[in-house]
Formats: sequence, structure tokens, C-alpha cells
Amino acid sequence: MRGFLFKRIIQLIPTLFIVAVIVFFITRMLPGNPAAVMLGPQASAEDIAAYSDKLGLNDPMYQQFFDYLLNLVTLDFGNSLSYNQPIVDLIMERFPNTILLAVSALILAVIVGVPAGIIAARKQNTLIDYSVTTLSLIGVSMPIFWLGVMLVLYFSVNLGWLPATGMGSLEDGFWDFISHLILPSIALATIPTSQFARIIRSSMLETISQDYVKTARSKGLKEFMVINKHAFKNALTPLITVMGLQFSALLGGAVLTETIFSWPGMGLLIIDAIEKRDFVVVQSTVIFVAVIYVVINLIVDILYKVVNPKVNLDSNNGGGK
Amino acid sequence: MSQQLLRVKDLQVEFKSGSITNKAVNGVSFDLDANESIGIVGESGSGKSVTATSILRLIPNPPGKITGGDIYFKGNNLLEMSNNDIRKVRGNEISMIFQDPSTSLNPVFKVGNQLMESIRTHQNVSKKEAKKKAIEMLELVGIPAPEKRMNMYPHEFSGGMRQRVMIAIALSCNPELLIADEPTTALDVTVQAQILNLMKDLQARLQMSIIMITHDLGVVWETCDKMIVMYAGRVVESGEVKAIYQNPLHPYTWGLLDSQITESQESTEALSAIPGSPPDLSYEIKGCPFADRCPYAQAICYETTPELAEPYQGHAVACHFQTTEQQLERREDAYVDGSTSRS
Repeated sequence: MRGFLFKRIIQLIPTLFIVAVIVFFITRMLPGNPAAVMLGPQASAEDIAAYSDKLGLNDPMYQQFFDYLLNLVTLDFGNSLSYNQPIVDLIMERFPNTILLAVSALILAVIVGVPAGIIAARKQNTLIDYSVTTLSLIGVSMPIFWLGVMLVLYFSVNLGWLPATGMGSLEDGFWDFISHLILPSIALATIPTSQFARIIRSSMLETISQDYVKTARSKGLKEFMVINKHAFKNALTPLITVMGLQFSALLGGAVLTETIFSWPGMGLLIIDAIEKRDFVVVQSTVIFVAVIYVVINLIVDILYKVVNPKVNLDSNNGGGK
Repeated sequence: MSQQLLRVKDLQVEFKSGSITNKAVNGVSFDLDANESIGIVGESGSGKSVTATSILRLIPNPPGKITGGDIYFKGNNLLEMSNNDIRKVRGNEISMIFQDPSTSLNPVFKVGNQLMESIRTHQNVSKKEAKKKAIEMLELVGIPAPEKRMNMYPHEFSGGMRQRVMIAIALSCNPELLIADEPTTALDVTVQAQILNLMKDLQARLQMSIIMITHDLGVVWETCDKMIVMYAGRVVESGEVKAIYQNPLHPYTWGLLDSQITESQESTEALSAIPGSPPDLSYEIKGCPFADRCPYAQAICYETTPELAEPYQGHAVACHFQTTEQQLERREDAYVDGSTSRS
């Protein structure tokens, strides 16, 4: 296990390096001069040139690149151009909001999607199964921006039950906090819920027909135990894979959902930074998101071992299936 | 022998797939006394496993369905029991072990957990007592260092050891009947012998009955008192193992016995096989289901289905030519005619 962790952490270095390189060149390819965007349309050409100089935009590309790498290695992310505050502060301010939304969406997806998938597998080829598979197909193909707008239209505008945008705070009371969370969580959970239901349904269909399930029945176990203990634990591996991917995506900032609901999270920060050509913020946030992906992947690999004792993390391929 | 433990009467099991219905078991009947062991033999698809699995109502439904017959266990009809009641029989009074121990143990739970689970399902004991009992069971089936083995996963055991664990789980609640569905088929030959000896030994020590499902006649010879031979979902011959070995009545049984490897056989000699394959059970079979493959089939064999009859005391056969004399006579006829198959 220790060897495995060490190896994986070493493996992170090239991955993150590649991400850093790609991010650097992509942000440099964005159209528009950041200095011009930041100074506004009234700025004179001299002002823009002076500001570009100050930002180092006139330096040769290789020099910009090495400065950038050096800053990364020394964990100096610098200051945002548009917000005028350290990027670390910006991220630390936004990231908890994103975690809150991502975790609520994930919990919602698990408590709805997983039982739905199990029931569909148990009642294969019945009306229940067809309903679950149809709904989950609609769910995975639903455009989230449309769903978000519809949710706002119905629950906020027409019914007036829930706030349309923004994030509540606990200081204004528990309900204020929760009520702001409900719509974005539902919008964000739709795709993962549907995916979980589909994945669990198909892997349960596979495990339900296994010999050990027959053994469990032959031992006189209640059907509930046969399904939810013996079959379910074996069906978990594919779910964990998808859950890891989904959760990384949620934590990376749900750009659409956060934009629709004006949720002050990472997604909104990235979009905002791109609009303002604040390439320093874009670089740093994207690298931060990449780190999250990699860390969650690592956790997923460790979870494989927890779920399936046959997985040997110290073997050559580093775990997984 | 002593009192009757199990009575299977005219069991019918069907498997549906789309519009096709396969009659996997078609009117199987047999009895089993306490402490007695019976072997069910036949080739793949003969319905032997389905028959055995039906006893505990473990046929996957859909597609399988028990469509007729009765199964009495100690006087109670298992087929009429509530789901709750049959669960109390499973693993407790009647246990089952399966063909492939590498797939029949759950790979993600520790062996101890799977053993204790069985014990605690049927016995009202504390975790600690269950653990003690589980260790005793592992010891009983000959697993060294049982305490240590309790905390291991199935993939850390060899095939033979896994089957021993399955046996330990099956016997943990002192069942009166053990159904063994090809328990040695997936094992090495040397391990097969160990497992069979273990089962024989435990049968004597724990006083239970065994239903041994196998396609290996040697296994039946080694372990069973009586046997039934199944073909195409029906019983074609049944009786004491010795009687059938000495005087097999059904041509199918002859074929099975002939296809055994014998000690005197030269390594260059080809094994004799029964030509053809079993009939498609999704069609209504006219006449004797074995007629197409029977070297001695006569006109009557294609017309009417022979009923199971008892030409000798305790030895039944489903063939139009029941007695030894009739069989011999027919063999000669077939030899003279030379017309041995319908076409």
C-alpha cells in the first residue's frame, strides 16, 4: 500500500506537468490582449503597451513559460489581475462553495440513482424497469442549462417556493441555506443520478445471476440480504469508477449550473476569469482542478481495493480492474 | 432402511425463453431415506441439476418454473411452503453445494463471514459462539489453521480448499440432507478423491442423506447407495447402484457404463461414446426420447414413450424391452436387421 501510494504520487508529476504546459499555451492562444480587456475600451495604446509590459506579456514566450513554471514549482500562484487579490485566496474562497454543491449533488445522485438501479435490475423487463431505464436515458441526455432554467421558472418564478439564484448562508437561518441549495443540486445531480442508475442496473443484472448469489439463497438468507449484501457489493466496482469521474467533474466546478444559479463556485470563477482574460486565474484554477481529478482517481483506486479484495494495489498496473 | 426423508413425485420443470418452452424436467420421481445417498447421473442437459435445484426452489424464475409435481420433505410439501418457510429449510435442514467452488463463494467477503452468516441465519447464537462454531466447522472439513483461515478471502484458497469451505458452510447447521451438484467436477482428480472421501466420512459422522448429482459414474459407485439415470428430463433407470452396475437395463445406461475408462483399457484404445446428442426439449418428443441414439431401437420405440416399470424388485427402467432376456433378444434382432436408425 505504501509503495503504491509513493508510486502514484511520483506518477502525478508528469501528469501535472503536461496539464501545466497545455494550460499555458491555451491561455496564450485566447484571442484579445488581457491588458486591453482589463483597461477597458477607453484606454490609450500607450497605456495598453505599458500594462502589457508590466504583465510580462511582451517577454519572449519561452521566458514567460519558464517564469510560469518556476512560479508553479515554488507554489507561487501570484495575484489575480482582475480581482486584485492572491489567487490562492480566490480559490479558497470559492472552492468550499463548490464542494458544498458537489457533495449535495453526489449524495442526491447516490440515494436516488443507486436504489433505482437495484430495483430495476430486480424487476428486469417489468414496467418499473422500463420506467427507470427510460427516465435515466432522458436524464443523461438532458441539457442541464435548459433543465436549470425550467427548474427556476417553475419553482422560483411560478410557484415562488425557492430562491432562483445565489447561495444562502447559515447566518440567515437553516432554511435559507438549504433552500438556495435545492435547485442547483437537483440540476447538477440529474446526470450522475441517471448514470448511477444505469450502471448499477447493468452490473446488478450481471451479479444477480452469479453462483455466489445462488449460494447465498441456498443458505436461507432473506432476499434483501442476498441482493443488498451479496450481489450489491460485487456490483460496486463500475459504480465507483463512474462516481469518481462524476465527482471530479462536479468538484472542478459545474460551469453551467453555477452560471445559471449564480453559485459562487469554481465554475463561475473560471468563466469570469476567461471573460476578463485573467489568464493567471485561468491557469491556476485549471491546474487546481487537474490536481483534484488526480487525487480523486487515486482515492478511487484505493476504493477498488476496499470493495474487491482481489485487487492488488502493489502490482504493476497499480490497481483498478 | 429407516424412515422416508424426501419424496419427489412427478416433478415438472419448464424453462421459457421467448415463445420456446423447454421441458427440462418431465415427471421425475424418487424417494430418499434418512442416511441414504442417491446419485443422479446423466449427461449435460439431462435435467439432473434442475431436479436437484428444484428441491430448494432455487430455480431462477423467470425463466424457470416448477409446473407440476410434489416434493415432500419429512412429510411437508416444499413446493407449497411460503417463501419464509422454505428459507428456514434452506441451509438449515437441506443444504446445497455447487459445482464450481471458485464462483460459488462470494469473492468479496471473508470466508469466516460467509460461514458465520449461515450459522447466524438459522441459529440464535451470539457472534462469538458463531465464530467458535465456524472454526469448528473448518476444522471438521480438514482445513489447517482454521482461525487464520477465517480472515482470508476465497481467492486465497485452492480449489479443493474452497470446496471444503463450501461443505463447511453447507453442514454448519447440521442438515439432514445435503444436495451436492457435481461437487468434484471442477477439481483436480486427486482433490476429487479427497473431497469424496470427506463427504463420505462426514455423512457417516453427521448422519445425513446425500443427493449426489454427477456425470461421473465412478463417483456414484464410490459414494451412493442408489442411483437414478436421467435422460432428456426423465428417469430412464433407477435402482440400487450395485444392481444397475451388474445388470444395466436401459441402453443409455449401457452406453454410460461403456464410456467409462477401465483399468484394463489400453491407452491407444478409443473410448466408446454414445453417438448423437440429446433431443431438443423444446419439442414434444414422440416415442422414446433415446430412440434416435439407441442402437437397438425398434418401430415401437418411435411410436410410444415407455413408462418407468419395475421388471426386477427395486430396479426400474423406462424401456420397451425391460428384462435382460428381452434386451438380449433385441440386440440380436438389431444385428440381423442392420436397420438401427430411423431416417
